[in-house]
Amino acid sequence: MTTTNHTLLEVRNLTKEFPLRKGFFNRTQGSIKAVSDVSFTINRGETLGLVGESGSGKTTIGRSLLRAIEPSSGKVLFHMDEGQTVDVTSLGMNELRTFRRNMQMIFQDPYSSLNPRMTVRDIIAEPLVVNGTSNRTEIDAQVRDIALRCKLNIEHLRRFPHAFSGGQRQRIGIARALALNPAFIVCDEAVFALDVSVQAGVINLLQDLQVELNLAYLFIAHDLSIVEHISDRVAVLYLGRLVELAATPKLFANPFHPYTEALLSAIPEADPDQPMRPVALAGEIPNPANPPSGCYFHPRCRYAEEICKTTTPEWKEYQPGHFAACHFAGELALKGVENVKEGEA
Amino acid sequence: MTILNETSQDTSIPTVRSGESEATLRYYSASQWQLIWWRFRHHRTALAGGIVLIVIALAGAFAEFLTPYTGTTRNTEYLLGPPQPIRFWDTNGFSLRPFVHGVKTERDPVTLRPLPVADPETRWYIRFFTHGDSYTFFGLFRSDIHLFGTDEGFLHLFGTDDIGRDVFSRVLYAGRTSLSIGVLGVLIAFVLALIIGGIAGYFGGWIDYIIQRLTEIVRVAPVIPLYMGLAASFPREWSTEQVFFAMTLILGLVGWPTLSRRIRSQLLTLRNEDYVTAARLAGAKASRIISVHLLPAFSSYIIVDLVISFPYMILSETALSFVGLGLRPPAISWGVLLQEAQNIRAIQQAPWLFIPAAVLVIAVLAFTVLGDGLRDAADPYTVTGS
Repeated sequence: MTTTNHTLLEVRNLTKEFPLRKGFFNRTQGSIKAVSDVSFTINRGETLGLVGESGSGKTTIGRSLLRAIEPSSGKVLFHMDEGQTVDVTSLGMNELRTFRRNMQMIFQDPYSSLNPRMTVRDIIAEPLVVNGTSNRTEIDAQVRDIALRCKLNIEHLRRFPHAFSGGQRQRIGIARALALNPAFIVCDEAVFALDVSVQAGVINLLQDLQVELNLAYLFIAHDLSIVEHISDRVAVLYLGRLVELAATPKLFANPFHPYTEALLSAIPEADPDQPMRPVALAGEIPNPANPPSGCYFHPRCRYAEEICKTTTPEWKEYQPGHFAACHFAGELALKGVENVKEGEA
Repeated sequence: MTILNETSQDTSIPTVRSGESEATLRYYSASQWQLIWWRFRHHRTALAGGIVLIVIALAGAFAEFLTPYTGTTRNTEYLLGPPQPIRFWDTNGFSLRPFVHGVKTERDPVTLRPLPVADPETRWYIRFFTHGDSYTFFGLFRSDIHLFGTDEGFLHLFGTDDIGRDVFSRVLYAGRTSLSIGVLGVLIAFVLALIIGGIAGYFGGWIDYIIQRLTEIVRVAPVIPLYMGLAASFPREWSTEQVFFAMTLILGLVGWPTLSRRIRSQLLTLRNEDYVTAARLAGAKASRIISVHLLPAFSSYIIVDLVISFPYMILSETALSFVGLGLRPPAISWGVLLQEAQNIRAIQQAPWLFIPAAVLVIAVLAFTVLGDGLRDAADPYTVTGS
């Protein structure tokens, strides 16, 4: 994978295994590979959408990048503005604590992500306080500034989270993530607990902030239509493995992986008269503790052939910037979605 | 704080619901404890329970001053005497100053034993701030002033026991002992539970596993024989104070597993809350996460748990003392009082010796009702609005 000056974050062969414990003595009996061998890059000021079914390891990837959970192996390299590169995965606990100001997270559930015992002001101020800003007026000024950016009412800062709706709470969560002025934010299904109308507001806010502050997002989602709207590039995850990664218009118009095709065909049309023709996927997502051989997708793939059952397809760049893991990438005539808005960035 | 006082003039900020009432604003900026208190206030029975407990606790704390006699003063003229009701009038007319009837001694027609009998012809007036038995208050200053008493004769509101001690005074003194045993027992159990449950819950994994199995061993030991075995090991020559502290220790040592379980499970849930992860990602140290995010979050539950465990402690003490294995005379506790009342003569001739049981029941009920109300109020975030 090539890196350029614009590359902010580089993920190499990230793997996370969860031990499977069973029995009376909690012996480790095998493991679940939640994420295996995932590699991608994120550029400065870019949004990478990460899509997959529930249980495919999206959240695990997001949290592993920040080491909110420890990855089992692989590297996460962070390219600083000053040109130096920090290996996030090898940082010690203390270094990690100070380094985390560069990358933050927005959580899915706006209710459990805010401490109900703290005022909004204290919630937003917490990252500043724990990172050594001790001057009260300075903190207040910064909190005010961030709150304004996130379109929060300044008068509401002394209130407690129980006074707010889901959308407002999510803005508070965004404000907290912004407090340390990070370059990279993981949005873990950040809008999916919200009403559709509120979702739009939060998404627009995220996009405005991205332009203003040159933020890079990893936008984790299971809803392709929102991902299409916000992402510059999209990565598709299946059972802990990346199956395809490309610029949004490319991926939507011309998918290389049958799984992507199936996902795209499931996007509902705005026109109710338009008949939907989803590519039906046979069966369920397999148990990650006991994944299929070869290509993980082959039992559900309608194009599968003998090689798919035996050999794991390689993760390759088939066209510039278009990665896929399929033996027949580019050879199959897969249907994409028409009318993709060009230049969505 | 500048933020709180300044009103933003920036027109680009949407003023959300500007017509909010004072009450809504107050609700929005109410802290956890304020919300708990607001909800608790509506729980009338719990409030009443709390007031009863405060009264009992204060009565115990100021027992020397509130009682006409010390708990060990003997009135040989009034053995096993019935309660003397306070009167404002009798056949001889009305009196603004309350009084009790005097006592004369008669012989039991069958056994010829002397029997104290109320004499409606004499009045012993109740006076306030009288001088009586001297006592040291909190070990600080000596005094002999009592809230009420009589100038002539004597005053036994709840009657006397078989050696002439005032039951009213003894109930108050006993309340002090029983409540403080409950408090100390709960505190010891709580400290143990906090350490053990805290370690198990915060670290989890195999540490948790081992601690849980050990906790289960303590839990499955049958409580009564355990109490009895421990209590029987007190040497007979121990002083009242030594026995008292040994009792609290036993109650604490037997009582921690339940609490420790609750603390552990609370921590296990809270540890995985997103806001704790957020704090960790913000760079907060473990000490800050524990003190700012974890402890305040479960303090309300812990307080409820503590309040609910009090009655068990008090009942355990009472039960132990009742079977003669806990506190022993001359110590006075509700259990000791009930132990002294456990004979056929008391049931037949002196039912007032069971007044301590009534007080005990009231105290335990008050604790339970209070704990119930606190539990309902403790999590103000389960219900939104209101």
